[in-house]
Amino acid sequence: MSKKEDFVKFDKVDKSYDGKVLVVKDLNLDIEEGEFVTMLGPSGSGKTTCLMMLAGFETPTNGEIYLDKNPISNIPPHKRGIGMVFQNYALFPHMTVYENLAFPLRVRKISKDDIDKKVEKALSMVSLSGFGNRMPGQLSGGQQQRVAVARALVFDPAVVLMDEPLGALDKNLRESMQYEIKHIHESIGVTVVYVTHDQGEALTMSNRIAVFNDGKVQQLSSPDKLYEEPVNSFVAEFIGENNTFAGEISDISNGSCKVKLDQGEIIANPISVKSVGEKTTVSIRPERALINPKDKMDNNQKGKIEEVIYHGDHTRVRLNLLGNSEFILKVPNSSQNLDIKLGNEINIGWNSHDARALDPK
Amino acid sequence: MSSEQKILSTDGIPLEESLKQAEKKNKIKAFLLVTPLLLFLIITYIIPIADMFSRSIDDKMVTNMLPKTYKAMEQWDGKELPSEEVFKAFYLDYKILVENKTAGKLQTQLNYEKNGFKSVLKKLARKQKKFEEGNYKEQIMKVHKRWRNVDYWRAIKRRAPSYTYSKYLKGVDMYSNEEGKIVQVAENRRIHRILWSRTLEVAFFVTLFCFLMAYPIAHLLATLPMKYSNLLMICVLLPFWTSLLVRTASWMILLQQQGLVNDFFVWIGLVTNDNRPEMMYNKTGTYVAMTQILLPFMVLPLYSVMKTISPSLMRAGKSLGATPGVAFFKIYFPLTIPGIGAGCLLVFILAIGYYITPALVGGASGTLISNQIAYHMKSTLDWSFASAMGLMLLTGVLVIYWIYNKLVGVDNIKLG
Repeated sequence: MSKKEDFVKFDKVDKSYDGKVLVVKDLNLDIEEGEFVTMLGPSGSGKTTCLMMLAGFETPTNGEIYLDKNPISNIPPHKRGIGMVFQNYALFPHMTVYENLAFPLRVRKISKDDIDKKVEKALSMVSLSGFGNRMPGQLSGGQQQRVAVARALVFDPAVVLMDEPLGALDKNLRESMQYEIKHIHESIGVTVVYVTHDQGEALTMSNRIAVFNDGKVQQLSSPDKLYEEPVNSFVAEFIGENNTFAGEISDISNGSCKVKLDQGEIIANPISVKSVGEKTTVSIRPERALINPKDKMDNNQKGKIEEVIYHGDHTRVRLNLLGNSEFILKVPNSSQNLDIKLGNEINIGWNSHDARALDPK
Repeated sequence: MSSEQKILSTDGIPLEESLKQAEKKNKIKAFLLVTPLLLFLIITYIIPIADMFSRSIDDKMVTNMLPKTYKAMEQWDGKELPSEEVFKAFYLDYKILVENKTAGKLQTQLNYEKNGFKSVLKKLARKQKKFEEGNYKEQIMKVHKRWRNVDYWRAIKRRAPSYTYSKYLKGVDMYSNEEGKIVQVAENRRIHRILWSRTLEVAFFVTLFCFLMAYPIAHLLATLPMKYSNLLMICVLLPFWTSLLVRTASWMILLQQQGLVNDFFVWIGLVTNDNRPEMMYNKTGTYVAMTQILLPFMVLPLYSVMKTISPSLMRAGKSLGATPGVAFFKIYFPLTIPGIGAGCLLVFILAIGYYITPALVGGASGTLISNQIAYHMKSTLDWSFASAMGLMLLTGVLVIYWIYNKLVGVDNIKLG
């Protein structure tokens, strides 16, 4: 069976709550069947609204959402067959774990035997076999979360939505749950739309990530592309750490450009700049800049160390470079004999390909 | 380590003791803090109830008036006329009463036991001045032939105990007859039972109406955005801040035959001007006014419970495939049961003892048991009967509470 490319499709969707401000602007998004897509963005960026529109709790002000080619704007939530995991689990506190899981099956009038089988299977999938008779209040946060995931999957929905499901868990639990959800997704191949503001979560779990800001999708691509090749400064800033230089294009040719800064000049990779005189923000990932580079690199600068912070596996070094006193370097713990001391001047080099000249902020 | 062995603290004192010592100060402090409340409860609640109880069963009056007679009667089996001794004792007791001018009370009390006793006693009071010493039996029997009837002596004997439950029997329209059997009063005099069942009926329906009206209001309060829910809350609480009397009086203005509601019905053509329905001075008036007055007591517990129910639960239900109706009855409604229980119990208990409103708008067919209690407190001055009925009401409430606890569990009550 070939996978349907636009299994879930947002087509020119606008959403406004008060008739004055658009929370979601001209959203176009295609999600492939079986894909794990994350909507990532700061709070208020419209990602949860999109999810709610897909679930049917909000209606688009304009445009249409298609599920498997069928418009769904006029279908009430209980007929959409979309599973959902809520931020605070939303387990029914007066029902046992078993009853919680059986609920979607009972309303679908499935026979008792089948319900037993499906519930048992779903519980074992989240490694909670034998917890059927517990009340949700007797479970830990992580267990409640797993019950919520199992409940959203037990009736074999075509799409499962997850609205910041791990937000209430502590860090360690959150990480292990990330893997667990990822593995469940891989093993049953359901389409997942996941909402989070945690970029680490998005990077680990997703096939593709849609970065939201200001009601718009800024970039939709795979995690590695998103990190390595951000298309604008918002994405570059939002995903991972980032060193920036603001400047003006002084020369552009053959896929590289010269950017004139307040102090000095650097060579960069023109992404969203086209002509001389344009303002730009140049973005360089901290790990792409090296100290005393052995290979020849087309950017070489001297910087003064202003702060050294030990992080165990790496050391963070803050430099003053070309007038930017917030320039961060990550030095792996294995690098030896580097003279990293406060106040020292060191040589820094990076490839112009890794310095992406993006839109000015 | 055996379970008998005591755990010692670092200083070698048994741990339990040292804990007790350490907690002693806190315990005293806690006790002192609750003392005023405890005293208040004892003085205003426990003591009055105990006093009410003793008053309701107290029957010492006759016992104290005829001490010698009852002492002599201890030997009497009640089958035939008592002996000379009893006659003598009665003569002596009665003589003192006549001299103290308190014989009237005895006459009234004994007349309750046996009709016609009063005239017999009055005659004795007149004649006894001429009595000679000795052979009192003959002399007394000569005064009135009824003294030869053993029934009259039995009537005296029946009042011997200092305590009686006759007031309680009266409360359920029963009494103990001359043979000491408990029987019902004549059918046309059974008013208390009607009042009891009417009280229960009114309390039940008022609770039901309150529930039906309060549930949507409370739901609206819990789900509306803050600025609207505050306004609505004030609307719910506004009657609370108005005097009960004022509210009842305004219902009188609205409901009377020439009142606003009737005017409105006539105006829209629902009834003709000559056929204005009576909505007051009957049960309808009691229902309407009591439901309105007790409504906040249902809204507030419901609201406080509904406020804690996360809206995502209903959403979860719908996303799992439940229609809004199913989601409501399977998820929302069961979660509000603690509030329903609290609200219903509160309204029912308040309604069962309600007084002012039924007294003002109830008329003859809308008065409740509490109005009867008040009537005996203020008009007939039969305080012991009023106490007995008050205690029966209290017992009824406790029984309802007990049943509720068995069915729902008091732990499930949530008032906020």
